[in-house]
Amino acid sequence: MPRKVHVQTTINGETAEFLCEPRQSVLEVLRDVLYLTGAKEGCNNGNCGACSVILDGRLVNSCLVLGAELEGKSLETIEGLAEPDQLHPIQDAFLENAALQCGICTPGFIVAAKALLDQNPNPTEHEIRYWLAGNLCRCTGYDKIVRAVQDAAKTMSSEVSA
Amino acid sequence: MRAFEYVSAKTVAEATSLLYEKGDQAKPLAGGTDLIVMVRENRRQLDRMVDIKALPETNVLSYSPDTGLSLGAAVPCHEIYADDAISAAYPGLIDAAKIIGGTAIQGRASVGGNLCNASPAADTIPPLIVLGAICVIAGPNGSTREVPVEQFCTGPGQTVLENGEFLVSFKIPPPPRNSSSFYLRFIPRNEMDIAVVGAGASVVLDDTKTSFVSARIGLAAVAPTPLLAEEAGGSLAGQEVSDDAINAAAEAAQAIARPISDMRGTAEQRTHLVGVLTRRALTGAIQRVKEA
Ligand SMILES: Cc1cc2nc3c(=O)[nH]c(=O)nc-3n(C[C@H](O)[C@H](O)[C@H](O)COP(=O)(O)OP(=O)(O)OC[C@H]3O[C@@H](n4cnc5c(N)ncnc54)[C@H](O)[C@@H]3O)c2cc1C
Ligand code: FES
Ligand code: FES
Repeated sequence: MPRKVHVQTTINGETAEFLCEPRQSVLEVLRDVLYLTGAKEGCNNGNCGACSVILDGRLVNSCLVLGAELEGKSLETIEGLAEPDQLHPIQDAFLENAALQCGICTPGFIVAAKALLDQNPNPTEHEIRYWLAGNLCRCTGYDKIVRAVQDAAKTMSSEVSA
Repeated sequence: MRAFEYVSAKTVAEATSLLYEKGDQAKPLAGGTDLIVMVRENRRQLDRMVDIKALPETNVLSYSPDTGLSLGAAVPCHEIYADDAISAAYPGLIDAAKIIGGTAIQGRASVGGNLCNASPAADTIPPLIVLGAICVIAGPNGSTREVPVEQFCTGPGQTVLENGEFLVSFKIPPPPRNSSSFYLRFIPRNEMDIAVVGAGASVVLDDTKTSFVSARIGLAAVAPTPLLAEEAGGSLAGQEVSDDAINAAAEAAQAIARPISDMRGTAEQRTHLVGVLTRRALTGAIQRVKEA
């Protein structure tokens, strides 16, 4: 069997080191090696977005990236959003808008929404819906999720201008 | 997933020898949005993945109106459509780059991977064909060769690549004056789906923008490989821009389609769609020339 690889990377701003098998995905490394279980496995083939993470500033499906590919990169996961005593505005907005039911899709949606707002602080509803088209939710019907992202955008831009 | 070895190649020469050593048990890894899924689902078994994303040669993205576009095989779609000059020069390629999967897929999926995966339905291949893209291929012992994109795929999942070879980049000629391009596909949903049929067109018009100097038409999902509809495009050269000329070209495109029936659509529906989409692709490209 091929040897495990030693990977040094940055996760949520902190240096991380781990050993993984070459075949293990970032999703498997996060959940099974590093015990960061926020990213979820829905489809394991790139269709559902439950495993969304931000790699070097870009939204990706962690089920379609190998752990070995993280060497020297920077990864943001759902665990990096909240402060110890304060939720991220997108997390607040999801709660306020009841934008979740079973919750399995929620970390993926929130990470995807963060990637959107990082590069487009004031998206239209159309832009939000297209950006989130790779994230599936079987419970909410999406409208509340879209409203939560719109609310979060408002909160975050007023925080910036305040 | 069955175990395999992962190596990130540091040079083109290293990549070709890592591939050559293992024959069909090694594959290049770009964005992984096809390859990782295929290996996970045991549709492909490998001993080695050779990551070609760290090479400077596969990451070039440089455009000049004089020399055209040099596009590294591993550049993800997201990076291509984020570039305004490239978007303005090659809108047909951008149409395709923006509809591959969703945002997270576009952050990884490369045009090179889309071509090398050689799906008959691959969205970027018709625009690459109509834009006259040339594939730059590296092989063992420092060899290189160039292949026009319409000759690259030889069957579903099959390409001209020989043992040890991989695609390094594309050369796309600069857009001629009064030209533009357009790509569209038919899918039952708005996003996140595979083309039932795809059609791309590029047109060059005269200075009055009322007749065609030349045109090219490319089709996806209507044959074992994406097709250049050579006669259909050629029929437009010298013709006045008119519904009749466009309809005739669309019929000529339908004539070369050899579609199958599968879960996405019947052969009859696909042949019908070739006509509709070819007309729309031509009309869209013409509209873009007129608006420019
Ligand atoms: C959810 C989802 C939605 C998708 N939607 C679409 C869609 O709408 N339209 C569409 O066309 N495709 C779609 N795809 C398929 C896929 O995303 C594209 O084909 C993508 O462009 C592949 O690029 P990649 O960089 O990820 O390739 P990889 O997966 O890395 O590679 C694909 C294949 O090409 C080979 N390869 C890669 N680079 C090279 C190279 N430089 N030289 C030689 N061989 C190479 C690999 O060995 C592999 O066999 C979708 C996939 C997913 C998971
Ligand atoms: S688990 Fe990765 S996209 Fe569904
Ligand atoms: S809340 Fe259940 S899948 Fe979205």
